[in-house]
Amino acid sequence: MIYFDNSATTKPYKEVLDTFITVSQKYFANPSSLHSKGGEAENLLTAARKSIAGLLDVDPSEIVFTSGGTEGNNIAIKGIAFQHQNRGKHVITTAVEHPSSYESFQYLETQGFDITYLPVDEAGLVSIEDLKKAIRPETILVSMLHVNNETGTIQPIKEIGEVVKEHKKIFFHVDNVQGIAKVPLPLKEWGIDLCTISAHKVHGLKGTGLLYVKNGVTLSALFTGGEQEHRKRAGTENVAGIASMAKALRLTMDAMRTKKEKLLEVKQTFFEGLKKIEGVTLNTPEKHSAPHIINFSVEGIKPEVLIHSLDKRDIYVSTRSACSSKQGGASRVLLEMGHGEKRASTAIRISTSYDNTVDEAKTTLNVLEEEISNIKKVMR
Amino acid sequence: MLNDHLVVRYGELSLKGKNRRHFESQLFITVKRKLRQYDKLKIAKLFDRIVVELNGEPHEPIIKALQDIFGIHSISLALRAENDIEEIQKAALRALKEAMVEKGTFKVTGKRSLKSFPVNSMQLNQEVGGYLLKHTDGLTVDVHHPDVNVKVEVKDTGTYISCQTYEGAGGLPIGVGGKAMLMLSGGIDSPVAGYLTMKRGVRIEGVHFHSPPFTSERAKQKVVDLTQELTRYSGGKIKLHIVPFTTIQQTIKDKIPASYSMTIMRRVMLRITEKLAENNHAMAIANGENLGQVASQTMHSMYAINEVTNMPILRPVITMDKQEIMNISHKIGTYDISIRPYEDCCTIFLPSAPKTKPKRDKAIWFEKNIENLEELVEEAVQNVETIILEEGKTTEESFEDLF
Repeated sequence: MIYFDNSATTKPYKEVLDTFITVSQKYFANPSSLHSKGGEAENLLTAARKSIAGLLDVDPSEIVFTSGGTEGNNIAIKGIAFQHQNRGKHVITTAVEHPSSYESFQYLETQGFDITYLPVDEAGLVSIEDLKKAIRPETILVSMLHVNNETGTIQPIKEIGEVVKEHKKIFFHVDNVQGIAKVPLPLKEWGIDLCTISAHKVHGLKGTGLLYVKNGVTLSALFTGGEQEHRKRAGTENVAGIASMAKALRLTMDAMRTKKEKLLEVKQTFFEGLKKIEGVTLNTPEKHSAPHIINFSVEGIKPEVLIHSLDKRDIYVSTRSACSSKQGGASRVLLEMGHGEKRASTAIRISTSYDNTVDEAKTTLNVLEEEISNIKKVMR
Repeated sequence: MLNDHLVVRYGELSLKGKNRRHFESQLFITVKRKLRQYDKLKIAKLFDRIVVELNGEPHEPIIKALQDIFGIHSISLALRAENDIEEIQKAALRALKEAMVEKGTFKVTGKRSLKSFPVNSMQLNQEVGGYLLKHTDGLTVDVHHPDVNVKVEVKDTGTYISCQTYEGAGGLPIGVGGKAMLMLSGGIDSPVAGYLTMKRGVRIEGVHFHSPPFTSERAKQKVVDLTQELTRYSGGKIKLHIVPFTTIQQTIKDKIPASYSMTIMRRVMLRITEKLAENNHAMAIANGENLGQVASQTMHSMYAINEVTNMPILRPVITMDKQEIMNISHKIGTYDISIRPYEDCCTIFLPSAPKTKPKRDKAIWFEKNIENLEELVEEAVQNVETIILEEGKTTEESFEDLF
């Protein structure tokens, strides 16, 4: 099997599953229970929170455990908007957000909020000038992706943070679901107030994630009903999931230190190989892009057909983002980048992990070339 | 070649005459211990400073760690350049960029200690300052009140450039001031009192009174976690003594009128702590008492309680406002632990109306109701559970494999 759909989800590490099982069996009590078993579970939760805080270089009190990226984005965007709407009802984001953010903004629009969707250039980047022009006195939030889930484009978060920092009353939310443990994002240094992270993109389990909420930032909770997670997210804590997330994050961040070169090598192999295949156009920009996402369009071939033919050869890739792949049609992100209907509706995404190899990339390239020419013969 | 390092300057040490060498070596031991996880560092003690050569280790966490050590006045990040004007200019630019964001003012203070160097101090200022202006945007020179002072010192071993100075914790090095027993309830005040006691170079050992089942495991864990947090400032380890207090509290409830139960309880706690101090070679008791906050902390109350011991009692937060204490508590990282909502031994048997002005003679009179008081005290001391907490090591070692 060659698995190249790691931006949809990753295969959990064995160690992560071991932690989940051990904790589920040994520390199954509710951390809020007063008895000593509850105390043990609470201690474990505290230790896990501390460990994760250490990895992200933030304070343990700044971590809100969630069920994943979609929830994190929803809490951040709606939570800030509703909490601070008295100060203004204007929010700035980009035109190329993940559906979990994009649809939160669309919902806010129905609630009387005014949303600015910053346009992007051909590489998928927003411009600092556009951002500066969009800021108004009633702006309360700037929210955007760090690494685009379809194209791998890296937004200039540092520069954007500097602009936002000049306006003391604007919160800055970054969706780092695709960037975590792949592209560095120093939360404190870059003036980020909220940051969404999901564990299953780093070999953790589905249903686990976290939202970084800087100390002092208030938001209105989406779930109420308990004092868990600093009153920002009620519900019995998923202790086993949280512990396994600590493990997944640590292992993947270790991998980032030791295997970064390997990841780049795989990407380079794809870039060079894809350029040689006739009819293939790269959508991922050469500069300002993450080391693990390669997006390209194949002229005249429906992406579903190509995916199924690779599937038969035991190679797994995807069309743009898993969250919108069932709708068909053109990619909103690629259209916004100005790539036109044809290119935007024929995109394929390859997404790698630290476990993929250059050999796997070479095999995939060979198969791709074969399959593309086969399909073209049939269609002619 | 560049060789980045930190210059660690002492605080009050230079004032302390003959003891100075002792103080310095205590501080050196603490610094080395604190930084031992960074194995590439080279740490050297010079005449009036400690120099930490980074050898590629990141400076931010190391400075942060040093800021927890008492006896340090300031820490500066310095770069070393070869004695060559171009090298010096480049290093100065790098140092300035680390120190500043984009806008602001700076000045250059050149000092040529190596007289054979062809560029003199005045020329150094001009050459380096001009270079910095040319290679940055938005920065201007202000010789009187600069945001950043770029110090350039040419010595025979190389040129040292520093512009960022970080404040140290001040105080005296831990270990030069004897030892005190810190009474830790789990509230906000007592950990701050412990921190401030350590600031004067005093080592501490914690004493906590535990009354299961009336106080929970979590209340005890809270004190363990507080002590763990304080190890950052203690030069390594802190001993925590957990005193079994249930029998005594029940006896007090039984035999003492409710309005005096709190006064008597405090007197007994003080007796036990004094014994523990003697057993552990401590010469003082420290606590988080603060004048006029709650019933036990009026001057009348202190007068009635303090009588049971001759040992000096250190009360570092005695005159502080609650807000001042809370500010320190936030700064030293104990606040979030202190506010965990578990009852401790002080609140669990709290009568509805404790005397705010207890009389000393009445307290003595009531206390006689407990005939076997000395036995009870002795028994509690005998059955103390002692936990040793060490910086960087959590008590929950078993969890480490899970993460």
